[in-house]
Amino acid sequence: MEQVKVAEQSDAKHTEKAHKQEKETLRSSVTLRVFRANRKTSEHAHFDTIEVPVQRWTTVLDALLYAKSYKDSSIGIRYSCRMASCGSCGMKINGIPRLACYTKVSELSGSSITIEPLSNFPHIRDLVTDFTQFFKHHHDVKPYILGDDPVAPANSGQGAEGETYTENIQTPEDVDKYLQFSYCIKCGLCYSACPTVATDTKFPGPQALAQAYRYTADTRDADTKSRLNVLDDRHGIWRCHFAGSCSSVCPKGVDPALGIQLLRGHLLGFSKNENRVAEKKRKTLDLL
Amino acid sequence: MTSLEDRNNREGLRAWLNPSRYGWERISYWLQRLTGVGLLGYFIGHIYETSSLTRGPDAWQAMLSLTQTPLGHMILILVIGMSTYHSVNGIRLIFAHGGKGLGKPGRPDYPYDAVSLNYRQRSGIWVALILAAVAMLYGAMVLFGED
Repeated sequence: MEQVKVAEQSDAKHTEKAHKQEKETLRSSVTLRVFRANRKTSEHAHFDTIEVPVQRWTTVLDALLYAKSYKDSSIGIRYSCRMASCGSCGMKINGIPRLACYTKVSELSGSSITIEPLSNFPHIRDLVTDFTQFFKHHHDVKPYILGDDPVAPANSGQGAEGETYTENIQTPEDVDKYLQFSYCIKCGLCYSACPTVATDTKFPGPQALAQAYRYTADTRDADTKSRLNVLDDRHGIWRCHFAGSCSSVCPKGVDPALGIQLLRGHLLGFSKNENRVAEKKRKTLDLL
Repeated sequence: MTSLEDRNNREGLRAWLNPSRYGWERISYWLQRLTGVGLLGYFIGHIYETSSLTRGPDAWQAMLSLTQTPLGHMILILVIGMSTYHSVNGIRLIFAHGGKGLGKPGRPDYPYDAVSLNYRQRSGIWVALILAAVAMLYGAMVLFGED
């Protein structure tokens, strides 16, 4: 029954996708308005207009690469995987942060497409931005499992110098609590869409805060307090006002707004401490 | 070498002033800020208005007569709408900020609809807007109906 239900839900989603496809705008060519500027040489910012041929399946990145190959080789773009896995080709397309490789030309209305670098990131050249600050915020929230020494007096495998090691047991339910947040590809779209980041350089941003929740919700993490101390600041998690823009632009379904609100609920004492619950479970298993 | 600040590409207040790109939650965020600033302005004006009492009954009556005009009534109706929206949406935000009513994390599936932007919490925005409109209508009936 459960499988049938899942299949029905999947069918419904695909039908919805088919409806979305009906909104496609089919054309044989499109005009790209590409932002051009090199801040290092104080080049005056302007838009170049480039006409490129397109097919139904042409993505904005395909169109840009065509323009770079056949019209103007000096366009600065950053890209890598071309399949929404690496998060390199984030840019503002018609004013909204999107992945160029994940956005088809046919799903955009209008006769021209305006392409700009991501907002809230220092600009380098053309469509390329500097991610230094973004990655620093990510690093500051300690995006790794903290504290727990793998050495434990358990009846499991032997380690080096006679030490014993134990597994960090997690149930599928435990994994579901953080899995979606671990799909983040650090493309920076949420950071670009966030209105708080737009005015506060010290605010960690949706990506970093969602990652903080990802590790806080992980039952293997044993030092949540030190991570939360970083966020419990006047420029920290309290500056999020749930505009929801981060979640609406996320191309991987990470839903950073959900992670931030759940983390804040944790700080406010609205939700139970997942680590303590897991610890109790582990102790019960040990007793058994 | 150009410093990092010189190359800053932050949207600044433009990000707050253009709520149309990202959906209902962004519009709600914009309205919450706008009504907050509006109510602060009203609060300052209200303190100034009531402080005229210290200058005697005549000064108070003169100040009061300023509000008994069509423009004064329009401002009061706007204040009713702003305070209703700000309060009701504020209650929604108290729950949302604690992670209540946003759904649970799960395994994302294409087309990756965000759980937190669900119909349940979004309906809170619509309720706030409808209640603000009803309150403004009632205020207009009371203020303009007595003539």
